[in-house]
Amino acid sequence: MVSPTDARAVASRVTDPEMPMLTLEDLGVLRDVEVEGDVVTVTITPTYSGCPAMATMRDDLVHTLRDHGYADVRVRVSLQPAWSSDWITERGRRALVDHGVSAPGAAPGHVGPVALTLTPTRRTVHCPRCGSGGAELTSEFGPTACTAIYRCPACLEPFEHVKEI
Amino acid sequence: MTDGHDSAYDGLLEHHTVTDDSQWAFGTDFEDPLAGVDTTIPDGVDARTLGAYCLMLGDDALVYSHRLSQWTSNAPDLEEDIALANIALDLLGQARLLLARAAAADPDLVPVLPVGSPVPPEDALAFFRDESAFRNVRFVEPGNGDFAVTVARLLVFSTHRLALLQRLATSSDSVLSAIAAKGVKEVTYHRDYAARWFLTLAHGTEESRRRLLAAMVLVWPLYDELFRTHPVERTVAEQGVGVDPATTADEVHVVLEQVFSVSGIDRPDVPPTGPVSGGTGRDGRHTEDMGRLLAELQVVARAHPRGLW
Repeated sequence: MVSPTDARAVASRVTDPEMPMLTLEDLGVLRDVEVEGDVVTVTITPTYSGCPAMATMRDDLVHTLRDHGYADVRVRVSLQPAWSSDWITERGRRALVDHGVSAPGAAPGHVGPVALTLTPTRRTVHCPRCGSGGAELTSEFGPTACTAIYRCPACLEPFEHVKEI
Repeated sequence: MTDGHDSAYDGLLEHHTVTDDSQWAFGTDFEDPLAGVDTTIPDGVDARTLGAYCLMLGDDALVYSHRLSQWTSNAPDLEEDIALANIALDLLGQARLLLARAAAADPDLVPVLPVGSPVPPEDALAFFRDESAFRNVRFVEPGNGDFAVTVARLLVFSTHRLALLQRLATSSDSVLSAIAAKGVKEVTYHRDYAARWFLTLAHGTEESRRRLLAAMVLVWPLYDELFRTHPVERTVAEQGVGVDPATTADEVHVVLEQVFSVSGIDRPDVPPTGPVSGGTGRDGRHTEDMGRLLAELQVVARAHPRGLW
């Protein structure tokens, strides 16, 4: 009765505690679900080193799988490769915009020493509410580690943008 | 929605049917942050030296994270408040992983707590070590001062740490290399943040420039210590698992010069702070500010070593 497909399907419905419009799979945090005998091993990758939601993510995965009859659930952490906003799925990006959060562009790639950037980060950001371009950066640091704050000059609404990392 | 939570608060109201959910009151997690990560010591690497090295980098991040977090609710405006808290949070996350790595490499580093203590090893290292057991550079210890002092110190620290983490990303220890590769992404925007503010304050008003110049004089005496090679750092560099900080000095100098030259600010001519009893931060010899910082960081956990919630 316990099959890998089922466990994966259950785990892939668990949502992010801070952005509940996204599943952990859409966010790219859920890396793998393995079933061996009665043991389900779930592999996750933290978004940011200090992401305080990691404990809740782990807790939610364990409890949801247990509620679906998987008694022995183990969550392992995979640190390498580091999480990238490029791992957010297309469905995840649509869900973000549907909920008023702007989705990230392509993450920067690094070759050699990281260059210093003395000017504000330039991004092409469209307002997730009215679709206008030309949004103004308010702050590189938002309410969660992964977002910056923008303001739309057309509809005047502030909104969050998931940062490219 | 049938699975998961509609909001972050729903989880607090759930009654889980499984076992006891209580956890160590001062931790951020209920499980090993390195759960399932292969912490085998690489061939040719001395476990105790690796542990001592991880403690150094972990303590730099922990102490500076705590210092920066003191800006929370005190910063000049809400955006800077959130920015500094975010930076402190990234560093706290790096500290947690590095201290967990230190404990896994050398369990003898971890203070012994009463049997049945709920405190995980990385928290025992953070909350139950005395000042002389901390191995951070003294650079991260002094009070925040005004915003200009904080910006100047953050610029130097993040420039130094980014150069170090970039080299550490090729460590033969897969755990350290993963922590470093992740840290590079984070410290990159810490450095950009500090450099932009440095430039803004330098060309802002007469008052902001005056304060920035005063800040440089305060920050600079502990600059040299960032590049002093401790015997532990020399050994880990030779074993291919760590970085000799002296090898980052030129790169750090060049990056800082970019910021200083566009800001029209020179390095201050002040003598470096010398060693104390022949030692510096990496030897457990700290500044007067360190004791007060640790008291604030540790007092509640030490008063309730079995605290559960």
